[in-house]
Amino acid sequence: MAIPAIMGTEIEYGIIVKNDPTFDPISSCVLLVNAYREDPEGLILWDYDQENPLADARGFQVDGEKYTPNQQENIARNKTLINGARYYVDHAHPEYSCPEVTNARDLVLHEKAGERVMEISRREATALLPEGALMLLHKNNSDRKGNSYGSHENHLMDRRTSFKRIVEHLLPFFVTRQVFCGAGKVGSENRGSRCDYQISQRADFFETEVALDTMVKRPIINTRDEPHADREKYRRLHMIVGDSNMSEYTIYLRSGVTALVLAMIEDGAIDQDLVLRDPVRSIKEVSHDPSLKHELQLDNGKRMTAVEMQTAFLEMALTYAARNSLDEVTRDVLEKWQEVMALLSTDPMKLSDRIDWVAKKALIEGFMERRSLDWQDPKVHMLDLQYHDTRPDKGLYYTLERQGRVERICTDEEINQAIYTPPSDTRAFFRGECLRRYPGEVFGVNWDSISFGIGDDPVKRIMMNEPLKGTEVHVADLLNKSKSAKELLANMG
Amino acid sequence: MSKNTQMSNRQPIHGDADPVRVFLAAGSEQKQKQKGGGGADSGESSQGGEKIAKKGETIKEDMDSLLDEIDSVLEENAEEFVKNYVQRGGE
Repeated sequence: MAIPAIMGTEIEYGIIVKNDPTFDPISSCVLLVNAYREDPEGLILWDYDQENPLADARGFQVDGEKYTPNQQENIARNKTLINGARYYVDHAHPEYSCPEVTNARDLVLHEKAGERVMEISRREATALLPEGALMLLHKNNSDRKGNSYGSHENHLMDRRTSFKRIVEHLLPFFVTRQVFCGAGKVGSENRGSRCDYQISQRADFFETEVALDTMVKRPIINTRDEPHADREKYRRLHMIVGDSNMSEYTIYLRSGVTALVLAMIEDGAIDQDLVLRDPVRSIKEVSHDPSLKHELQLDNGKRMTAVEMQTAFLEMALTYAARNSLDEVTRDVLEKWQEVMALLSTDPMKLSDRIDWVAKKALIEGFMERRSLDWQDPKVHMLDLQYHDTRPDKGLYYTLERQGRVERICTDEEINQAIYTPPSDTRAFFRGECLRRYPGEVFGVNWDSISFGIGDDPVKRIMMNEPLKGTEVHVADLLNKSKSAKELLANMG
Repeated sequence: MSKNTQMSNRQPIHGDADPVRVFLAAGSEQKQKQKGGGGADSGESSQGGEKIAKKGETIKEDMDSLLDEIDSVLEENAEEFVKNYVQRGGE
């Protein structure tokens, strides 16, 4: 039986300051992250003791220096929020890691809350810049000059599932799922073959099938083995293959379908041979063919289109659903996946109200027709970029949303609430509530621990190895009767 | 947050009335019909054609409101902006 779903995303945003000749991305990121203040007294460390990004899922430890900033730098670069998220500076990008959630719907809510946290801080940060300068953020994955930054999805899996089996089934799934979760891109880069428009932002950047790297020689499957939880029990699959999506519907489908396929892998429910002869080549071929007609070469000699391969996964999922009881969100995801696959097979452009790459293509083609532009026109490239702009009045995805042209999964009220409220059914609840209730006494935080520094007492670290503990059901009473962290620790015994 | 409270209380879905979707679908639909010829569609061709033309007009108006707004928000100096948009590799 598959383990209950636990998931989250880490999204790096593009950052630029207009009208500032001295623009430096790193200091702009620090300014941005520090412009967001939930609580002025909360100078809280990110607890790097619990990090191990060099452990490899294939069972070894890679040589290399683990990055640990000094205390001042740590506080300047890391914010842990009362909704349980981590908001920080990662290299030269601001990054938002949403709190752990148990289902695709909550994931949409918290990923969208992240967009708003970025936008709130962008406005605050811009106010601190010299007159005329304007900070802009884009939830995209490339500058179309060969530089890419990530949108990482994390799903916890049962440690007992063999990594070899995960790789075998995930490669064909990852290569082809872009047909319903690509964010769309004008042109190609990183020595990719020429094209006007492609399905994925990221496909041009994958150079190998399986590896630990994320910044060079990017792999379709990343092997970082850092569960941030009980490592005997869990593996955290750290997926770097996806695009940053704007559409709620696309995010919902992307994370819901992926979680379902992972559960199927755990339960041995993938019984079709879909192994591709050359996944790295195939991921680019799929992306470069918005007509969805290209046939991929399978290792067994067959040829299938990406849509046919996803339909094969869908059919296996329907069989799986008939034999297992699925929760309400997963059933809804499955229904939507069916609708989307049917339209991808017949008339993909009908998905312009749901799927990012189709919505962006429709918008650009409409504009090109009106202005008689070709794909090389800078305005066309600008439309691509501005689709991902975080400003609600300028971002083109938000324009579609405002005009009621895209299907929603959540309401604005729910998203606004998620900016300040942790999910109730994971350990993020305990983390977020401790930060909200005892900001002055929290000393450091990581995904699987929280430590308190009370007066002159030694720092006390509480481990949270189990992501499904520390939920509202578990700890609400305890928190309510503890007026301070000192009382909390005493009440915990 | 309570799970799934919005499952049945979602925003209205725009279905076939959605302008962007229909705008683009309309073109390909027409092409397909011409290509296919004969068959089940042939009997209603004249009526269908009128319908499509009428639908086409409404769609164009709908699409216009989107394109007007894009015109008003699109970065004015696109060429300069796109040229200067350089990011460092991340992750």
